[in-house]
Amino acid sequence: MSPRFDYAPAPESTSVVDIADSYDLFIDGEFHAPSSGEYLTTINPATEEALSSVAVGNDADVDLAVKAARRAYTRVWGRMSGAERAKYIYRIARILAERSREFAVLESLDNGKPIKESRDVDIPIASAHFFYYAGWADKLEYAGLGTSPTSMGVVGQVIPWNFPMLMLAWKVAPALAAGNTVVLKPAETTPLTALLFADVCRQAELPPGVVNIVTGAGDTGAAVVSHPDVDKVAFTGSTAVGKAIARSVAGSRKSLTLELGGKAANIVFDDAPIDQAVEGIVNGIFFNQGHVCCAGSRLLVQESIAEEVLQRLQRRMSTLRVGDPMDKNTDVGAINSREQLDRITELTAAGEAEGATRWSPECTLPERGFWFAPTVFSDVSQSHRIAQEEIFGPVLSVLTFRTPAEAVAKANNTTYGLSAGIWTEKGSRILWMADHLQAGVVWANTFNRFDPTSPFGGYKESGFGREGGRHGLAAYLKTEGDN
Amino acid sequence: MSATTATARARELLGVSSLTNRALTGWLHGLPGVDQVGADARAAALGTRSIKTSSKAWAIDLAISMIDLTTLEGADTVGKVRSLCAKAAQPDLRFPDTPRVAAVCVYNDMVGIAKEALEGTDINVAAVSTAFPSGRASMKVKLLDTKDAVDAGADEIDMVIDRGAFLSGDYRKVFDEIVAVKAACERPEGQENAHLKVIMETGELVTYDNVRRASWLSMLAGADFIKTSTGKIQPAATLPVTMLMLEAVRDWRELTGDMVGVKPAGGIKTTKDAMKYLVTVNEVAGEDWLDPDWFRFGASSLLGDLQLQRQKLTTGVYTGTNDVTID
Repeated sequence: MSPRFDYAPAPESTSVVDIADSYDLFIDGEFHAPSSGEYLTTINPATEEALSSVAVGNDADVDLAVKAARRAYTRVWGRMSGAERAKYIYRIARILAERSREFAVLESLDNGKPIKESRDVDIPIASAHFFYYAGWADKLEYAGLGTSPTSMGVVGQVIPWNFPMLMLAWKVAPALAAGNTVVLKPAETTPLTALLFADVCRQAELPPGVVNIVTGAGDTGAAVVSHPDVDKVAFTGSTAVGKAIARSVAGSRKSLTLELGGKAANIVFDDAPIDQAVEGIVNGIFFNQGHVCCAGSRLLVQESIAEEVLQRLQRRMSTLRVGDPMDKNTDVGAINSREQLDRITELTAAGEAEGATRWSPECTLPERGFWFAPTVFSDVSQSHRIAQEEIFGPVLSVLTFRTPAEAVAKANNTTYGLSAGIWTEKGSRILWMADHLQAGVVWANTFNRFDPTSPFGGYKESGFGREGGRHGLAAYLKTEGDN
Repeated sequence: MSATTATARARELLGVSSLTNRALTGWLHGLPGVDQVGADARAAALGTRSIKTSSKAWAIDLAISMIDLTTLEGADTVGKVRSLCAKAAQPDLRFPDTPRVAAVCVYNDMVGIAKEALEGTDINVAAVSTAFPSGRASMKVKLLDTKDAVDAGADEIDMVIDRGAFLSGDYRKVFDEIVAVKAACERPEGQENAHLKVIMETGELVTYDNVRRASWLSMLAGADFIKTSTGKIQPAATLPVTMLMLEAVRDWRELTGDMVGVKPAGGIKTTKDAMKYLVTVNEVAGEDWLDPDWFRFGASSLLGDLQLQRQKLTTGVYTGTNDVTID
């Protein structure tokens, strides 16, 4: 009996999903061919095989979708009672839960994320968001946002590729609960679960036009954002695109929320629960291949324990299983696109060139598909690119500090401010740190926890506005003082 | 290891001239804390590994070979112990390639019976001593109890710590007792000493910080194995607690170079549970511990389920509980 525990492959069956050869735009409850006649191919990043082709919506298609959303808003959804709206949203939540395996499998195929994450995190939390906001639909006046909040109208939403279904839920659920109708543009590399969601809307008998899904790339998104009859724009994605959107919306009457990049500090003090801190570091940066805007991509560790933490981290990283996203034992899946892989490769090369020390565990990466081994850089300085720029990949930069004040100064010394983590057994220090960190979310002795009841959003170049919780409703309601 | 050597080594590790209770407290309380929420989450994540086909077959055989097949009832009879020994040596008549278990674990007075029944096999006899399960007796009695089992031929001694002393902060007392029992496990030159497993009764220690401290204290005092539970107290073995102990033995080896074994006991009944524990051993302590010398399951009914799953893998047919012998 050889002392080796090699886990045999445990692949999740893909037979639960039925992927069509091509998909059209979902407008007014029906699928419409794009007026451009153009389609783009969406591939499985783990194999580079084409999964399907998806319509590219242009200005005319977006206009149709916005008109449908406006009609649905004025005739049906905007005047429906909150209790009635809640029934539909609850129905969507239930259907998502019932069809969760189908959604999880499709998400992993299209995105490259491990099935255990789409199965245990993405889809359950997406469903939970619909359940949560369904509960608010008939209680808007009790949300603490004024006595008679009203819906905004037609909402244009553009979401990223890292959590396709979860970001859809974060955007669509509060918008519908508040009484708005929606035109949603999913990311061009991960449109399939949004299109399956169109099927859920029909199964839930949601009135036509309440949710419209327009696929395509940047131009399609720009058409959604700049459409004159859109009342509110919500965007999650890169800071560069966010800035462009802010510029295009400026001067219009549209309201805007932006959830952009991050370069979060995960701060470990010398009295931290060390094994759990190492888990938190791993979860903070290697969860979803590091394709997480709030990823703990900068580890700030107190100098006195830096060596020990790094050594424990490396040992832990050696147990990470990288490979087939459909295998239930995979911890780190595929990078979502070649473009993203190139960016990660370029930034890590810069890290080495700047003098940081690079380390990855031994792991055999599949030959086809887009892969990047979990990587940690030590000897990193604040002035290095890898400490400043968002890498959006499984790459961790380790910096050290000596005092709490220095930790705060380094953590805040970034253009971003989305999240932060604190690891210490001292409660008073947690509170002091949380007060001084410029980040929308501060986790203590945990990292990357998401819950529909808890608001999420950023400071500085990480954007503005909050999603989740009561605060998330405010972003989709006009309250007293608004005009 | 004599009491003097043990204390000298402990003084050296702690860097103190005298092994006072204060010194021990400082050392144990200086260990990193355990965040319960995080530890539970990590253990739950380890429990989701999917073990299939060839890995499962390998792991089932490994798990069987790690069992301390146990009967610890007031109602134990000579006949029952003999049956258990027969089962230990020949778990599955129909599948003779089934591995044998590591040890049979009995009360002190049954050691002789078990030794006799297992003669000619390489299966060890483990005895629970030191006024098991409560440990509420004088040191004189605990040592006599241990000596009795060692003299009767026990290969392994499962002792209980004084949880009252531990919880009141009298770490030195716990240390001294373990050292003394360890000394009582010694045999004359040329004969192998009995191995000492230290039962911490983690269900009574309650907090994870206590589990970590008790693990380190036991190792410092010379435990060959650290064991979760007597099986008489709930909760008995849990995956998070076992994980913490595996972290402790892993870190102890980093510090001293010595390996210490881990034995979860009580409540592990199914193959599925056993697989979770093996995954945890593999990913937390490392594959060096995937060996009956370094990891044991204290269990009475686990073997039956492992056999059923083994039969299923071999024949493709899931049979019923009557296809394995009950003892």
